[in-house]
Amino acid sequence: MPDRPIKVLIAKPGLDGHDRGAKVLARGLRDEGFEVIYTGLRQSPEMIVTAALQEDVDVVGLSILSGAHMTLLPKITAGLKAQGLDDVLVTAGGIIPDDDISALKTAGVAEVFGPGTTIAQVADYIRANVRSRDGA
Amino acid sequence: MTPRDRGRDLAKKARGGDRRALARLLTEVEDRSQVGEAAMRILYPLAGRAHLVGVTGAPGAGKSTLVAALVGEARKAGRPAAVVAIDPSSPITGGAILGDRVRMQAYAGDNDVFIRSMASRGHAGGLATATVAAAAVLDAVGFPLVFIETVGTGQSEVEVAAIADTTVVVQAPEMGDEVQAIKAGLLEVADIVVVNKADRPGAHRAASQLRAMLTVGARHDRAAAAAGRPTPKRPEVLLAAAATGDGVPALLASLDRRAAQGQSADGGPDHDPTRLIRARAQVDGILGERLRARLGSGERMAAMTALYAAVAAHELDPYAAADRALDGLMGLERQPGADRP
Repeated sequence: MPDRPIKVLIAKPGLDGHDRGAKVLARGLRDEGFEVIYTGLRQSPEMIVTAALQEDVDVVGLSILSGAHMTLLPKITAGLKAQGLDDVLVTAGGIIPDDDISALKTAGVAEVFGPGTTIAQVADYIRANVRSRDGA
Repeated sequence: MTPRDRGRDLAKKARGGDRRALARLLTEVEDRSQVGEAAMRILYPLAGRAHLVGVTGAPGAGKSTLVAALVGEARKAGRPAAVVAIDPSSPITGGAILGDRVRMQAYAGDNDVFIRSMASRGHAGGLATATVAAAAVLDAVGFPLVFIETVGTGQSEVEVAAIADTTVVVQAPEMGDEVQAIKAGLLEVADIVVVNKADRPGAHRAASQLRAMLTVGARHDRAAAAAGRPTPKRPEVLLAAAATGDGVPALLASLDRRAAQGQSADGGPDHDPTRLIRARAQVDGILGERLRARLGSGERMAAMTALYAAVAAHELDPYAAADRALDGLMGLERQPGADRP
């Protein structure tokens, strides 16, 4: 469908103490015309994969501040793949050192957005890279 | 693959327990695509067995938490359950925050629970169409219990009654006095009123007030029924604390009783008035959509644009314009002359 809003899951894996940034992003993407599913703090990889599957999202945006990204994010991308969701665009944001980015990309994270990224940049990236539904 | 084949394929896979196909199918149905329509033609005859429970009430009353608790209670007995949770779309950007899942996280990895969020998407009457279709899909793939959580409502959003077999209105304590309870609107469509947050002060008092105001009138009902006048529903009023689980088993038991009654209603589910209302809302909704789509397509569009312009310029009244649009569609084009602008 041409006018279908893009569906994004914003999730916070692991044990972060707050989700201010994720909420601001969720709200910002809402204002960009996306349908944003927000699932809150302390998500296990299994919860995130289940939500992505049941909601049939186009994008999974993972926000992580705890430093556990090298453990959690590859589990999520592997879980998505295992469920056949390999056409879902996975992005990450939060506090992720530059040195880790290439390993995360190898693991299936399409892009990593650091501090200072604007909501417009994220929205533009998603629009440019989201899967096309036709013939899926 | 043609849309028809793809719809059939998704329906078949979803019936076979493929949750990814089910998720994709719900997207197609929500988008009202040809794929979704083809799938519905197969699935609709297979639906009609589930108990559809509408859950409505003011924002923050605890609808999501209550639905999550009800799903948990059903799971204790090994019963599968599905949820369709609706949140509002922005009328300005079309975007939405779908946040009901936050309260429903305990079931990840449980294949017998399926939770789907939907944005209201703001099309006139369209929410009911898409919601009923989504519920029918979940019904047809074998979920015996489907909860439909509406957007947070105010006093008069009564459409939910046309969506579900049983309507639960969730209230929080301190939502107003007895006069609120006797106002027309949302409370009138309730089969069950739940005063949630029963651990808060004032909850028991609120429940007694609601009971006093909503459940009286049996004599009036008999007289009205005898005279052929419509009789109001007399909802059961229950207390619950969704966050702790208190009162949730009693609520599920009450829902089950109603499901059993519905099955044994006069002439069976086919003659259930709630189902007739729902069928009518669906057909009328789709009819309206198709009518608008035809009027807005191809050569008709130019004629419609001319009609809108004539009404805007006060050269034609809107009733005559609507009549002409309908006549044009049905091939009853009027003879050129007299009343043309």
